[in-house]
Amino acid sequence: MPIAAEPSVEKGLAIAVEMDRRDAGFADSASTMEMVLKNRKGDVSTRKLRNRVLEQEEGNKSIFVFDDPLDVKGAALLTFSYKTKNDDQWLYLPALKRTKRISSSNQSGPFMGSEFAYEDMASQEVEKYSYSYLQDEELDGMPVFVLARYPVDQKSGYTRQLLWVDKDEYRPWKIEYYDRKRTLLKTLTFADYQQYLAKYWRPHQMEMINHQTGKSTLLKWDDFQFKNGYTEKDFSLNSLTNIR
Amino acid sequence: MVLLTLVWCGIGNAQVNSIELSGNISLEARAFLQSADYPGQEDQNGSVSIEPEFYVDWADGDQRIVFSPFLRYDTSDDERSHADLREFYWRGSFQDVELKVGVAKVFWGVTESQHLVDVINQTDLVENIDTEDKLGQPMVNLSFIKSWGTLELYVLPYFRERTFAGEEGRLRTSLVVDTDHASYEASDEEKHVDFAVRWRHYIGDWDIGLAHFSGTSRAPDLVPSLHAGQLVLIPHYQQIDQTSLDLQATKGDWLWKLELISSRNDQGRYTAFVGGFEYSLVGVLGTASDLGLLLEYHFDDRDDKATSPFQNDIFTGVRWVLNDIQSTEVLVGAIVDSDTQATFGNLEASRRLGQSWKISLEARIFSNQDKRDLFFDLRNDDYIEFQISKYF
Repeated sequence: MPIAAEPSVEKGLAIAVEMDRRDAGFADSASTMEMVLKNRKGDVSTRKLRNRVLEQEEGNKSIFVFDDPLDVKGAALLTFSYKTKNDDQWLYLPALKRTKRISSSNQSGPFMGSEFAYEDMASQEVEKYSYSYLQDEELDGMPVFVLARYPVDQKSGYTRQLLWVDKDEYRPWKIEYYDRKRTLLKTLTFADYQQYLAKYWRPHQMEMINHQTGKSTLLKWDDFQFKNGYTEKDFSLNSLTNIR
Repeated sequence: MVLLTLVWCGIGNAQVNSIELSGNISLEARAFLQSADYPGQEDQNGSVSIEPEFYVDWADGDQRIVFSPFLRYDTSDDERSHADLREFYWRGSFQDVELKVGVAKVFWGVTESQHLVDVINQTDLVENIDTEDKLGQPMVNLSFIKSWGTLELYVLPYFRERTFAGEEGRLRTSLVVDTDHASYEASDEEKHVDFAVRWRHYIGDWDIGLAHFSGTSRAPDLVPSLHAGQLVLIPHYQQIDQTSLDLQATKGDWLWKLELISSRNDQGRYTAFVGGFEYSLVGVLGTASDLGLLLEYHFDDRDDKATSPFQNDIFTGVRWVLNDIQSTEVLVGAIVDSDTQATFGNLEASRRLGQSWKISLEARIFSNQDKRDLFFDLRNDDYIEFQISKYF
């Protein structure tokens, strides 16, 4: 039986929809990414990737191409995101020239051995969560909304996430991830936002700290390029085997 | 050479987008657990291989040349010391059509323990008996990338013979395979032009591949023959017409897989399939690691006359992926013959060291082999292999 939504639920959803609306219409983008993985002892390991995204009504399409470490060079991951069902994912393995459809139910698994889970890297569709607005706050002197969101997918590694979103531009600055035992697992902070096409904000740094293991992963995004004229053909199984 | 010249002229007028040299060098040591059956064979063996890959992209990546030779030196087997052109092709993309001309590698299929439908490239069997190493195949390949899937047409103008261990190599048949005197059903032998067509697509959770191949079988019959006073096995390559289906259903943590072929040769038509599942347990025992449980059943209605050792066999395996920084992975499995209980056991493990090194361990065990089994000759060739590779 439908019950009237709580005002906090309505406001939470409204903030998420506004975040999504402000990012809509970018058509496509390309960027490079460096991952710096740090363990508790401070040992560092790096990965280099390239990323392409195609904006789609039913959920974005994306490709990650691995450049480094060299033994996985040329491997590529194609993802079709959906708003309400599991994503479709294919992995191309260059040594065997083999494209494997892989299970996307493993949302909570680590992406390339990092502190980012697949679900953290995935396209953040509004429908993937339910929301609740909590309060207004100041984060480093910036007025922000604090909201909670709850993954719809039962296989998510999280029970809830807390988001700090600035009131001016609706950009996330901090996300806290709570694991299935409802304890704080990770904190993600965003930094160095830059604006493209006078509209779209992209963080150039994202740092994920795992409080339970002491490990961290820093993502350094760069070389953002928008409106590359990509089509669905650039996100086909065939393109996955050709991308370099 | 003509190809190279043409391409060079092509590049001359366009802007090169990227040009790169990469590849790997590997050192490998094998230790056999039983002493050799035949004179000249050794119980240890060392080997080094190099596989560089050069590529150049131009016209916004719509045109590309790939050049990838392969070279191995083996301390004990002359046949395993070999060179191959793994890839040397030009590829052009034009809207939704793609043309590839030259020597290339293609993979078809979905299953893990056998690659039944994968017929374009010849197996480089001296590299590894897992049949996953392939020789470069000369081809003209035209692909149409449409909303209804990808349609691939192949013209294969030259046949590559399968490689086999030499007289002094381990993992050989009791009679040596004489690769210098291969025989063919087709009168134009290795110059016979083969054709293939494949359609592949995905519909929801389903990935589908449907193909037909007409030409020289990649898997030879090994025919005992007298040559220069010596009894040897002569590889005989038949003409076949093979239709194949490969199917995968991705249902949550379950991957359901099937490869099915119906093949016709001189002796008639036969059917073979391999099918099963891979089930993933995510984040086992509170760690970040995943456990994959694999089961695949192999069937071939030629039964004992099958050229493949898997005619009524069951593969079970466990894949352990640690999801750590070093990408550590272990795959342990066994293929058991349901009729004879002959068992082919396997272990493959690998781990990255630093940014550009990788170590791997491999073990293959042949136990309980019956005279009727194709692996009977390998019953005393259990081995452990250690490999270290440098990527550049």
